Amino acid sequence: MSSITSISALDVPRIKSDFPVFEERFDGRELAYLDSANSSQKPRQVLEGLTEFYEHSYANVHRAVYELGERATAGYEGAREKTRAFLGADSTREIIFTRNGTEALNLVAHAWGLNELGPGDVVVSTVLEHHSNFVPWQYVAERTGAEFAVIGADGNGELDLEQLDAIAGRGRVRLVAFGLISNSIGSVNPVEALIGWAREHGAVTVVDACQAAPHRTLDVASLGVDFLALTGHKMLAPSGIGVLWGRQALLNSMEPFNLGGEMIRSVTIEETTWNELPNKFEAGTPPIAQAYGLGLAIDYLTRVGLERIEAHEHDLTTYAMERLAGADGVSVLGPPAERRGGIVSFTLDSAHPHDVAQILDSHGVAVRAGHHCTQPAMDHFGISATTRASFYLYNTRTDVDRLVEALADVRATFA
Amino acid sequence: MSDLYRELILDHYKNPRNHGELDPCDAHAQGQNPLCGDDIAISMNFSGDDVSEVRFTGRGCAISQAAASMLMELVEGRSVTELAELPKEELLDEIGVPLEKNPARLKCALLSLGVLKLALHRAKGTPLPEEWAGFEER
Repeated sequence: MSSITSISALDVPRIKSDFPVFEERFDGRELAYLDSANSSQKPRQVLEGLTEFYEHSYANVHRAVYELGERATAGYEGAREKTRAFLGADSTREIIFTRNGTEALNLVAHAWGLNELGPGDVVVSTVLEHHSNFVPWQYVAERTGAEFAVIGADGNGELDLEQLDAIAGRGRVRLVAFGLISNSIGSVNPVEALIGWAREHGAVTVVDACQAAPHRTLDVASLGVDFLALTGHKMLAPSGIGVLWGRQALLNSMEPFNLGGEMIRSVTIEETTWNELPNKFEAGTPPIAQAYGLGLAIDYLTRVGLERIEAHEHDLTTYAMERLAGADGVSVLGPPAERRGGIVSFTLDSAHPHDVAQILDSHGVAVRAGHHCTQPAMDHFGISATTRASFYLYNTRTDVDRLVEALADVRATFA
Repeated sequence: MSDLYRELILDHYKNPRNHGELDPCDAHAQGQNPLCGDDIAISMNFSGDDVSEVRFTGRGCAISQAAASMLMELVEGRSVTELAELPKEELLDEIGVPLEKNPARLKCALLSLGVLKLALHRAKGTPLPEEWAGFEER
């Protein structure tokens, strides 16, 4: 090591040995799993920790007055503290556990959007968004009489900020929703510019961090956003757990989302009062073990180091773009590697993405094919679907080589 | 190589039979597979109780388009009643590749059959089994 600040490379073979799925052989081959933007694989540390939790610490949380219940509550609330530290948030009161990223975004759309918006207001999303950060805003605009505005993109799939003035001219900009990294083409959005613009107009900002949180360091204080959503299953945790982080003052001022147990302070026939944060937004029995598993996943990612993960994925993305640029019939969508996350989306001249993915599967290469829940982005590019390869800490350049070799077979099949 | 892409499938995909549109026509319907965006439209003419002419257009994966092309060969000259009851197994036998383990691709393979049944239902009032009723809204 030349200096203390340099980032040492990931020990990928060792990381890979933590993931049992890579011990399995698919037609005699190791799995080239290039679909982590869809959902990540899980390390032994998470899987075994979950089993141990279920075997020794499981009961319902916040109400059992016996030893097991106390252990379960400690595990669940411990995960909240780990999440707070992971995001650089001030308080665990600002960490709301949800089912997934979609539910976190819907919470804001319903509890803030439906109550705060009205005619003359403008709700802004972008053409690159995942449907979960697009449809809720389109819906609340429709329901409240607000305008729904969409920031467009250029041919590279990068947001066209020149449209912002025209959008501001349509009314009072109240909410701006965007992702940190596009899930379908991988472009990194200009966060500072968007937040600066939103603040100028006094608008609330909602950031979809589902494709960023697993791969790079996040700090909500320095980002300057108002709400941030992420999902556990893309970052080594089980499915069924998501997070909404929000500024305490905003969360306090909001109406509740789901109603029922846990979120109340007192209930009488005449009226009900709401519990304090974060319980106000966690009605019903929460995803207890899933939250605990998210805490274990955060431990794992923190131990490996997000800076290293980001650097490793950048290397793989750069390599993949070089190799795909030289592959016959392949067109890669989106910006250069310097301005994208670990996602490479492409089309092949002779075959539909579903056929591409199917043949890649027969080579032990797992990718996603389809519109990736971003139909407006697909329309922007004038296509209906792409094939997408996405990288994570357990991928190698060999996975990229196998992708490129298998693509040659797809082309031969459809020649 | 995946055995889904046997010679016959690729041949139908690259050289679709009865490709096009009948205009005017006696019956028409269109359907999509929302999962992957496959799209098939079928138009037909009748002669008495039989289908005298049939054409399809569409876009999507090789399985959906090849299956539609193969369906065209099963349809012409057969009676409306017979086609309204055409079991999916008959088309799947024709396609001849294993799709049982792959429900998503099974939907691709059967899209054209659903659109055919919807066209017959609209023009001739034949029963439309519930599994195909989803297209009716479009």
